[in-house]
Amino acid sequence: MPRRNELHRILIIGSGPIVIGQACEFDYSGTQACKALRADGFEVVLINSNPATIMTDPELADRTYVEPLSLAFAEEVIRKERPDALLSTVGGQTALNLSVELAEAGVLEKYGVELIGAKIDSIKKAEDRLLFKDAMRKIGLEMPQSQLVNQVDKGLEFAERIGYPVILRPSFTMGGAGGGIAYNREDLIEILERGLDLSPVHEVLVEESVLGWKEYELEVMRDVADNAIIVCSIENFDPMGVHTGDSITIAPAQTLSDREYQMMRDAALRCLREIGVETGGSNVQFAIDPRTGRMVIVEMNPRVSRSSALASKATGFPIAKIAAKLAVGYRLDEIKNDITRLTPACFEPTIDYVVVKIPRWQFEKFPGAEPVLGTQMKSVGEVMAIGRTFKQALGKAMRSLETGKSESAQKYDESLIQARLITPNPDRLGYIRFAFEQGYTVEQVQEITSIDPWFLRQVREMVDSERELKRGNLETATRETLQEAKRDGVSDSTLARFWGVNPLDVRAKRKSLGVRAVFNRVDTCAAEFESFTPYLYSSYESECEANPSDRKKVMILGSGPNRIGQGIEFDYCCCHASFALQEFGYESIMVNCNPETVSTDYDTSDRLYFEPLTLEEVLNICDTEKPDGVIVQFGGQTPLNLALPLKHAGVPIIGTDPENIDLAEDRKRFGRLLDDLQIPSPANGAATNVAEACEVARRLGYPVLVRPSYVLGGRAMVIAYDEESVRRYMQEAVIFSQDRPVLIDRFLENATEVDVDALCDGKDVLIAGIMEHIEEAGVHSGDSSCVLPATSLAREVLDTIESHTKRLALALHVIGLMNVQYAIKDGTVYVLEVNPRASRTVPYVSKATGVALPKIAVGLMLGKKLADFAEGLAGVLTAPKYFVKSPVFPFNKFPGVDPVLGPEMRSTGEVMGVGESFGEAFAKAQLGAGTPLPDKGTVFVSVNERDKRAAVEVAKRFAGLGFQLAATRGTAAAMQAAGLKCKTVFKVNEGRPNAVDLLKGGAVQLAIYTSTTGAHSFSDEKAIRRNAVAYRVPCITTMSGARASVEAIAARRQHPVRVWSLQEIHAAKLVAGG
Amino acid sequence: MNTGAVLALEDGTVFEGKSFGAPEERAGEVVFNTALTGYQEVFTDPSYSGQIVILTNPQIGNYGANEFDCEAGHPYIEGLVVREFSPQASNWRSQENAERFLSANGIPVVAGIDTRALVRHLRTRGVMRGVLSGAGGDAKALVEKARRIPSMTGLDLATRVSTKASYRWDTGVDACSPSDPVAAAAAARYHVVAYDFGIKRNILRRLAHVGCRVTVVPAGTQASDVLALKPDGVFLSNGPGDPEPLEFQAAEVRKLVGRTPVFGICLGHQILGLALGGKTYKLKFGHRGANHPVLNRVTGKVEITSHNHGFAVDPDSLNANEIELTHVNLNDQTLEGFRHRNHPVFCVQYHPEAAPGPHDSHYLFDDFVTLIEESKGR
Ligand SMILES: Nc1ncnc2c1ncn2[C@@H]1O[C@H](COP(=O)(O)OP(=O)(O)O)[C@@H](O)[C@H]1O
Ligand SMILES: Nc1ncnc2c1ncn2[C@@H]1O[C@H](COP(=O)(O)OP(=O)(O)O)[C@@H](O)[C@H]1O
Ligand SMILES: [Mg+2]
Ligand SMILES: [Mg+2]
Repeated sequence: MPRRNELHRILIIGSGPIVIGQACEFDYSGTQACKALRADGFEVVLINSNPATIMTDPELADRTYVEPLSLAFAEEVIRKERPDALLSTVGGQTALNLSVELAEAGVLEKYGVELIGAKIDSIKKAEDRLLFKDAMRKIGLEMPQSQLVNQVDKGLEFAERIGYPVILRPSFTMGGAGGGIAYNREDLIEILERGLDLSPVHEVLVEESVLGWKEYELEVMRDVADNAIIVCSIENFDPMGVHTGDSITIAPAQTLSDREYQMMRDAALRCLREIGVETGGSNVQFAIDPRTGRMVIVEMNPRVSRSSALASKATGFPIAKIAAKLAVGYRLDEIKNDITRLTPACFEPTIDYVVVKIPRWQFEKFPGAEPVLGTQMKSVGEVMAIGRTFKQALGKAMRSLETGKSESAQKYDESLIQARLITPNPDRLGYIRFAFEQGYTVEQVQEITSIDPWFLRQVREMVDSERELKRGNLETATRETLQEAKRDGVSDSTLARFWGVNPLDVRAKRKSLGVRAVFNRVDTCAAEFESFTPYLYSSYESECEANPSDRKKVMILGSGPNRIGQGIEFDYCCCHASFALQEFGYESIMVNCNPETVSTDYDTSDRLYFEPLTLEEVLNICDTEKPDGVIVQFGGQTPLNLALPLKHAGVPIIGTDPENIDLAEDRKRFGRLLDDLQIPSPANGAATNVAEACEVARRLGYPVLVRPSYVLGGRAMVIAYDEESVRRYMQEAVIFSQDRPVLIDRFLENATEVDVDALCDGKDVLIAGIMEHIEEAGVHSGDSSCVLPATSLAREVLDTIESHTKRLALALHVIGLMNVQYAIKDGTVYVLEVNPRASRTVPYVSKATGVALPKIAVGLMLGKKLADFAEGLAGVLTAPKYFVKSPVFPFNKFPGVDPVLGPEMRSTGEVMGVGESFGEAFAKAQLGAGTPLPDKGTVFVSVNERDKRAAVEVAKRFAGLGFQLAATRGTAAAMQAAGLKCKTVFKVNEGRPNAVDLLKGGAVQLAIYTSTTGAHSFSDEKAIRRNAVAYRVPCITTMSGARASVEAIAARRQHPVRVWSLQEIHAAKLVAGG
Repeated sequence: MNTGAVLALEDGTVFEGKSFGAPEERAGEVVFNTALTGYQEVFTDPSYSGQIVILTNPQIGNYGANEFDCEAGHPYIEGLVVREFSPQASNWRSQENAERFLSANGIPVVAGIDTRALVRHLRTRGVMRGVLSGAGGDAKALVEKARRIPSMTGLDLATRVSTKASYRWDTGVDACSPSDPVAAAAAARYHVVAYDFGIKRNILRRLAHVGCRVTVVPAGTQASDVLALKPDGVFLSNGPGDPEPLEFQAAEVRKLVGRTPVFGICLGHQILGLALGGKTYKLKFGHRGANHPVLNRVTGKVEITSHNHGFAVDPDSLNANEIELTHVNLNDQTLEGFRHRNHPVFCVQYHPEAAPGPHDSHYLFDDFVTLIEESKGR
């Protein structure tokens, strides 16, 4: 059946903010779907609350709604736009769930919207574990035994029967929160109690454990004519027990014979057909007992997933794009394979290389969270590497991770080997290598880890050959030695470390011996057919398939694996840079190693190099491509760290000069610049030892802010209120300081923070946005809500900010983007930091102002002037409405961690709310962020002395809106004194029922809580914040936040549900901008 | 082990790599297979005799070898060319590692060479003759040898690999895991005579599985002797080499058409083509893999299929009034199957028995049984 011509308008639901387990892979799939459908003449209406995504760009859909992904707002969009169909399968679990809600609430029926991609009962059959189990039994597929229980003793009974360990899965908790593995009675009771407590339906699935079994995934596609294909098989390095999202994975499967693989393939197809996924892609997970070959099905996702993004990048087969086409009626054999052009998409990709994915974790940002891996995903990002062999791919993947710690600095402890191997953890691979160095055998490690011996043998061989290499030296290294090493994925810097030389010496030597990287193509067919897409990876084979063009070309360095502080925002910038380059007639070349992103879609740039962002790999690409320019300011800190070395290697960096980037990063030199410009900044100093640090702190006066140099996302940054904490910090911090001093600033208390993004062509400066933070300085810019335009800043303050920004941009000779953070205290505007590069807020500002900042930045880098742009860019850009950006935190994944906000960034994603008033926008942002503000009920207030007056003002307004008030003694007194009716509540350590009991009991709808002593939080403060998160009660930790909330609730009373598309909001500008 | 191995092609191209397997020197047509799984089935498929096989999957040997996945009594490939060969075998069914499996049968392996470059070379120039030496040797001399070996065109390998004496086969498909849902074999209801031109065991297993008692006969068997066995149907197997020299077989098969239901696979399909007056030709680099999309014109559905053939039947050479073209390859539009309009005769160019490859086309064995039933009904 060909294209369904009766469909015209299609609604696509995005996946919302980036959270652990649902990241920018859904921007990739959503973007592909939008592009595919529009290219085919469909009108696309999009709703997604995440402004940092490419898919929410006005150019990608006909109508783009950056609105909360809630039933009410989705219905409003449907009412307004009247789409014919809803594509539910490209926006992750969020989109799938919202689609089900819309269907069940009768909205789809009411407005005659057809659900395409996956039908409602298919979704249910796949998502509901019991229905799924029955379905699988029906088609003869085994699942681990399991039972739903709603009492602890029932669980114990079942566990005794099937035997420990058992897997626990609370029903309907976010991202499987509260789940876990119980190895014994005690574990079971503990986890089951917590799970039942957390499950809204008070229900937990107790499941037979298949820990240690081999885990596999198959990516399957099916069309209306029942043609079905397997796009890719993925084998997990880490056996069952570690979430696939937290596992090192390999494509294609390595240890299955054809008989076994086909058994799995048949099972996957039967599953797909039984569940009834008629059109699109699905992901089916299996476990196999390595001793007997017994196979069970773990789960299936009737939608595109993280793994399908990985599979698409691993094979060159664009699953989401094809899924979208299948959803509108096409058959697989009616769609062409983009890469081979001549052959159809109805085939099974075959590859002649090996792909390795390694996740990236950030436990270090969540003190109190144990860095162990289990059935719940904890990683914040991932890297993928392609090599001609497993070793080469693994080597490349490991260096793509940029763990910050250089390999040499890696410290392993022999006494920890057993523990680190037994319990899966982020550093397990490192410890496996270490164990082999210490003489462990493959059998021993297999015994402890259950990891397949084939993988272990490979790792072992890598360790052995490295031992060999260590014996040699640069002078005597032969061509053969170097060729072998490079073919096995050993990096120049590793060799340099072994031989005590500079990596560039190794590079020079091997090149002189003719050991050069070549580039092979990802072509879906193992070279059986010609490939027309330059999607490349490096290898040390005999011929290079890159054949670069002789066009004018510019290379963009991407941002590598997602991590807190450096995520999708930078991919947004890189993709836009690429689009802009193409628009300006340049060939765009993308370099990145993150499989989740749009930037690593072979459709995004003219040429794609899927490579680690290391000096070695980037120089290899430059040797081959000889780009006219390289852009480093869009990929966050990753490319910036390469800027100077690249420049010194003679690579033409365009945009702001690396020397000036360096100047801005170098506190000393930058301090001097500020003095020259007479721009104030918090008093500061640097220290390399404890004594010095205390000395400096004393001089500046407490509180102070201490941090290492050169970090993004406020890594390891703390506010010290006394010498004691400074000492403690210095003892712990040094590991991160990488031989760079610790920086100490005077900490400005209750200062208002402002983020500014600006563009500069070297002569003129354009202020793109002045964002006022809701939380005061001290809460990381990435973690505080902010609003455009600023609402409470005095004219003269704004003027000062503008003039400071202009002077800074000119002084730093910025060409392109710049970001400045200011703190305003008592009317004085202090500079906190300047980033002469694209910042986290660029996509948000672009969407609020309707001007694609990266595009203009690229123009400037190519020599254009601001004046040359049609938008008439001068002075300050305006935002035609109020736009509030709010962060989203992963605290629910790290139980026990204190969710207080501080100078170290911890949010994983963000949402945007649009409104006619600040309040309306803020209310929508909070809803989008998953912490909706209550309409009525009780507000619990407990604030420190400093905040009492402000708190009373806020409380008055809440009372005015009909809320009841409850407060701890001191605060209550203040309120009653002000004539407010207020219930007094015990603090945790005062007796019961206390504040926490109220939270648990659901007697509190909103908590306003400010720390009594800044940095140090007493146990009860932690308890309150933690339980607020657990029971999803919005907990506001700053007075500014409290004011914003009451304003938002009031505003929402006026206008509960209003939506605007970006196209309406910016109609004028988009026309002008073209 | 790990002394140099050399692969020399007739056009003078030479690849040097590590030597695994037997330190022998073997010659043959150099072809590539793109399947990701099933190297053991490839090693032991008689259709590969006379051929040195390149596997594009860079990691070969990972899951070892076992007695159950053999498609014949021993490996038939002349030599193996891979990017990386694993001495480590990891799989619950593995009985020995892949290297021992090959060396025990005197087959050399060259590993560590740029197989992708080699495949791209053959893709553009077409398959060619080559010599693989597991014991090193002078490249020039090896190239010379490669030039002297007979070309595949015009070569009758089928009768060489065929069984000398006829034998019975009645074992069906076994499960490879407790979770392998292999349906119980149907009771043997029909007697099928199978011509062995290099038959794969999985064809025999599949035939037995759908209820056929199979008598396998040598390639040189006369039609009259076949009919004397009172078959309910005749099967024409896969096999190596060029179909054209098989004039005797074509002639005998012609005599069978109309007398008994006939089902042919691969070489069997080509022989049927010739028997029915068609022509065959050599493909530039053939089809060898497990991911080829084949459209079944009758059902309109696409099957992902297993392939191993260097020759094909020219559809235009067949009489359209007699022959219905039933299957076509969606990659290059080549003919993949046809059936006779008036007689119970059908065949496919690809491998419905898979091994290795997807199981999408197993239904053809049921079709054969149905055809037998129908023609009995008449
Ligand atoms: N019965 C089990 N025994 C051991 N590990 C399991 C079991 N079920 C699931 N797991 C592990 O938990 C992970 C997550 O389970 P899964 O059902 O895939 O949930 P999700 O929807 O979060 O992916 C799996 O990847 C697997 O490693
Ligand atoms: N001197 C200071 N006084 C008050 N708050 C500060 C000061 N310096 C930094 N901060 C807070 O710490 C956060 C992170 O500091 P910043 O220098 O921006 O590090 P990063 O490079 O991680 O963005 C800022 O967003 C701000 O809220
Ligand atoms: Mg899963
Ligand atoms: Mg900052």
